[in-house]
Amino acid sequence: MLSSPFVTAPTRVDQIMLRVLLALIPGITLYVWYFGPAILVSITLASLTALATEAVMLKLRDRPLKPFLSDHSALLTAWLLALSIPPLAPWWLVVVGTAFTLVVAKHLYGGLGNNPFNPAMIGYAVLIISFPAHMTHWLSPHALGGMELSFAQQLDYILHGILPAGVGLDAVTMATPLDTLKTQLHLGLSVNEIRDMPIYGRLAGHGSEMVALGFALGGLYLLFTRIISWHLPVVYLGTLFALAGLFHLYDPAHYVTPVFHWFSGAAMIGAFFILTDPVTSPTTAKGKILFAAGAAVLTYLIRVFGGFPDGMAFATILMNICVPLIDLYTQPKVFGKKEEGK
Amino acid sequence: MRTLHRFHGGIHPASHKALSTHQSIVRAPLPNSLVIPLRQHAGEAAKPCVSTGDHVLKGQRIGTPNGMLSSSVHAPTSGTITAIALHQIAHPSALPDLCVTLIPDGKDTWIEREAVDFRALSVSELQQRLRDFGIVGLGGAAFPSDLKLRHRIKVDTLILNGAECEPYITCDDMLMRERANEIVRGIFILRHALEADEVVIGIEDNKPEAIAAMRQAVCAAQLDYAVVAVPTIYPGGSAKHLIKVITGLEVPSGKLPTDIGVQCFNVATALSVKRALDDGEPLISRIITVTGNVEQPRNYEALIGTTLSDLVALSTAKSDTNRYIMGGPMMGMVLPSANVPMVKASNCVIAASDALFPPAPPALPCIRCTRCVQVCPAELQPQDLYWFAKSNNFGKAQEWSLADCIECGACAYVCPSHIPLVQYYRYAKSEIRERSAEKLAADRARERHEYRQFRIEREKQEKAEKLAQREAASRSAATAAPSTPSVDDTQQMRINEAIERAKAQALAAHPKNTDSLTPEQQAEIAAIEARRAKILELATDAGADDEPHKIS
Repeated sequence: MLSSPFVTAPTRVDQIMLRVLLALIPGITLYVWYFGPAILVSITLASLTALATEAVMLKLRDRPLKPFLSDHSALLTAWLLALSIPPLAPWWLVVVGTAFTLVVAKHLYGGLGNNPFNPAMIGYAVLIISFPAHMTHWLSPHALGGMELSFAQQLDYILHGILPAGVGLDAVTMATPLDTLKTQLHLGLSVNEIRDMPIYGRLAGHGSEMVALGFALGGLYLLFTRIISWHLPVVYLGTLFALAGLFHLYDPAHYVTPVFHWFSGAAMIGAFFILTDPVTSPTTAKGKILFAAGAAVLTYLIRVFGGFPDGMAFATILMNICVPLIDLYTQPKVFGKKEEGK
Repeated sequence: MRTLHRFHGGIHPASHKALSTHQSIVRAPLPNSLVIPLRQHAGEAAKPCVSTGDHVLKGQRIGTPNGMLSSSVHAPTSGTITAIALHQIAHPSALPDLCVTLIPDGKDTWIEREAVDFRALSVSELQQRLRDFGIVGLGGAAFPSDLKLRHRIKVDTLILNGAECEPYITCDDMLMRERANEIVRGIFILRHALEADEVVIGIEDNKPEAIAAMRQAVCAAQLDYAVVAVPTIYPGGSAKHLIKVITGLEVPSGKLPTDIGVQCFNVATALSVKRALDDGEPLISRIITVTGNVEQPRNYEALIGTTLSDLVALSTAKSDTNRYIMGGPMMGMVLPSANVPMVKASNCVIAASDALFPPAPPALPCIRCTRCVQVCPAELQPQDLYWFAKSNNFGKAQEWSLADCIECGACAYVCPSHIPLVQYYRYAKSEIRERSAEKLAADRARERHEYRQFRIEREKQEKAEKLAQREAASRSAATAAPSTPSVDDTQQMRINEAIERAKAQALAAHPKNTDSLTPEQQAEIAAIEARRAKILELATDAGADDEPHKIS
C-alpha cells in the first residue's frame, strides 16, 4: 500500500452478507416450524445451484473464484429466491430459477455490484410468469389439520414429482392468504367473512404471519447492527400501512387492515431484505425514502388492484429501474455549498 | 459552556497516541549534517541567499521569499554551507528538490537575536516579521502565516487548532502539555494582529492533560480565551471542520475562513509566532513524533533539516520495519526512503511493518453500501466519485464536487470492499488539473493563431489601401477622377467580430476546477508544476551530456 490511508476498519463484504444470511434464520426457523422442513430442501438446492453457477460464470468471465465465491452474495440471492418459491416445488424449478438469476440478473450485468435489478426478484418474476401453476401451490401450515405429507413423501415429490397414491397436489397445498383474499373478494365475500376462514390467523395468514414476524425480527437485528439504514424498511412499511389504512377506513368490508398487509406475502422480508439490497437501491437518504415509498404504493396497488396476488417483486423491479434517476435528483448539498441557491 | 456543533460523518480509528506520550519531549542531538530544503512551505521555493563555503550562524537567513506566496528559510545551527544542490526530499514522487547542506560547527552560535515589542509594530510590519522569520503553519499544510493575517472582513473568532485528530501523532499534544505558556503568548500576539473578538482553543477530548495545561496557562495569563474540549472524531482537526464544530459555520467551498470572519492557526504555529517576536528566533526547529514500530516512541524537538533516519535511529526501529510513513496513517505518505530531511511540515514519522499496517485484501467491486457516504466529512457521494474517476468521467466528477474532497481517507477506511478510494480521487484531481492546464495552453495557442491571421490580413489590407491611395493620387493628379471606392471594411468588421467571439469563448471555457481553488491548492498546483518543470530541466540537463540538444 503506497497511498494513504494505511489503516482500515475491519468490515468486509463477506461479513455483511453473512450477517444478512444470519438475520434470515429466525424467519426460516419459523417457516420450518409451521410448514415443515421442505423449505430447507429448496434452500439447499438453490444454494448449491447458485455456487455452481457463480463459479462457472466467474470462470467464463475470467474473474478470480476465491474472493467472489466467498463473498456470500450468491448464497444470499439463492436464499431469498428459495424463500419466494413454494417449498413443494419440483427441484428443477428452483434450479432453473436460481441459475437464471445468477447468469442473467447478476453476471450478464457485470456481477457483484453492477446488477441494476434485485436478482432474487428477477428470478421470482421469471418463474411466476413462466410457471404460474407451480408457483401458486403453497404448503398448508401444520395446524390446519388437513392432510399432510411426511418429509420423505415431500422429498419424493420435489425430486421425482411423485405423490402418494390417491393424493392430489391440491389436497396438500393451498393458495397464499393474499391470493385467497383476492379470489374470495371477487366472489363477493366481505373481508370479515374471509378472515373467519381457517387459513387466517390473528394478524394475517396462519403460519405465514409468524414467518413474517421472524423476518421482521431478523430485520430489526440488521437495523440495530447498522447493516441496513432505517430509511427503506421504515418508509416502506409506513407507506404501506398508511395506504392500506386509508382504504381500510374508507371501506372495511373490501379492504383488509394495514396489519394484514404487513404480515402477508413478502412485505416483511421485502422491507428488510429485498429493498435493502444496496446495489439496487438509491444511495442518497432522500432517494431511499422516495424509493421505499414508491415500492410500497406499487406493492399495494398490485396486491389490491393488479393481476398478481403479491406485488413485492414487481414493485421492487419497477422501482429498481428508477434508481439512477432518483439518485440524480436527490443529490444532497456538499459541505460549504449549502448557502448558495441550487 | 459553549454549544458545540457537529459535522457530518467522521470515523473513530484506533488512536495509538498513548504510545508516544509517556515520555516528555527531548531535544534531538545535533546531527553531523543538515539538509535544508528551500521549499518547505506552500508556494514558491525560497531563493538561496548564501553560497557554498559560507559560514553561517544559527538563525541566519539562507533563503529569502520568492514572490508573495513564499517564506524564508534559516540555518538551524551555525556551520558551513557545503552544497546548494538537488537532494531527495519527503515527497511521494521521490523527486529531488533544491536543498542547502550545512555541516554544523558544533558551537551552535546564534546570530544576534533581536526581540521586538509586537505592540509597537503595525500589522504589515508584523506580517513582514513573520515572513522574514520563516513562520509557516505547522499543522501540515505549511501555509505562510503572514498571509493568514490578511483579511477583508472583521475577524470575529480566532480558533487555535489543538485537535490533532490523526492517529499516532502527539506532537501538538505534548507541546501543549509542556509549553502552554508560550503558546498562549503566541495566541495573544495573533489575536492582537487579527483584532479578533474572541479566541477559542479547540482540543480533542482525548487529550485531558493538554486541555488542563492550556486552561491553566490561559488562567495564569488572565485572559478570556475559551479552551474547549471538542469531541474526538477524525477528521475533527481539519481546519474547516474544527471551525464548524466551534462556530457552527461552514467555510464556503473555495473560500477562506476569513471570508466568514474566522481564522484558524495550529497551536505550534502560535508558539513559533511568539518566538519570532518575543525572542527574535526564526523557525528552525519543531516537535516531531517518532512512533509506530520503534522501541521508544516519543517526541523530539529536532532541527529542520535533520535526516529522518537519524531521528528514527534515536528511537530504534524494530527489525521488521520495512517502510516509513511521514504524517499519520490516514493522510500521511510512504517515504521513498528515510534518508530525507525533516521539514517544517513534518509532524510525525511512523516506522511501519506489515504486522502493524497489514496490506489491504484485494479490492472487491463497490456494492453501493454507502458506508462512505455516512462518514464523508465533506458530505460527498464517494461511491459516485469512485465510479466517475474509474470511468474517466471527469466532468461528472467535477459536477459531483470532487474538488471539495479533502482526501481524509475516511471513505477508504470504512469501505467493506477495501477499494483504495482516495487514490482514485487523487488520480482524477490530477487528471483534471492536467487537462485544464492543457486546455488553457490550447486556448492561448488558438488565440495567438487567430491574432496572427488577423494581423496578416490587416497588413495585406493596409498594403492594398496604400496602393489604392497612391493610384488615386496619381489619377487625381492626372484628371479629376471619380473618388476611389472606400476600403472594403465589411471584411475588417468580420475579422474583428471573429476575434471578439473567440475571446468570449476562451473566457467562457475557462476551466471549472481552477477558478475556486484556495490559495493552498493553488500553491500545491504551483509546486507540482514547478516540480514538473524541474524534472524536464533535469532530463534535458542529463540528456545534454550524451545527446545533441533537443529543441521541443
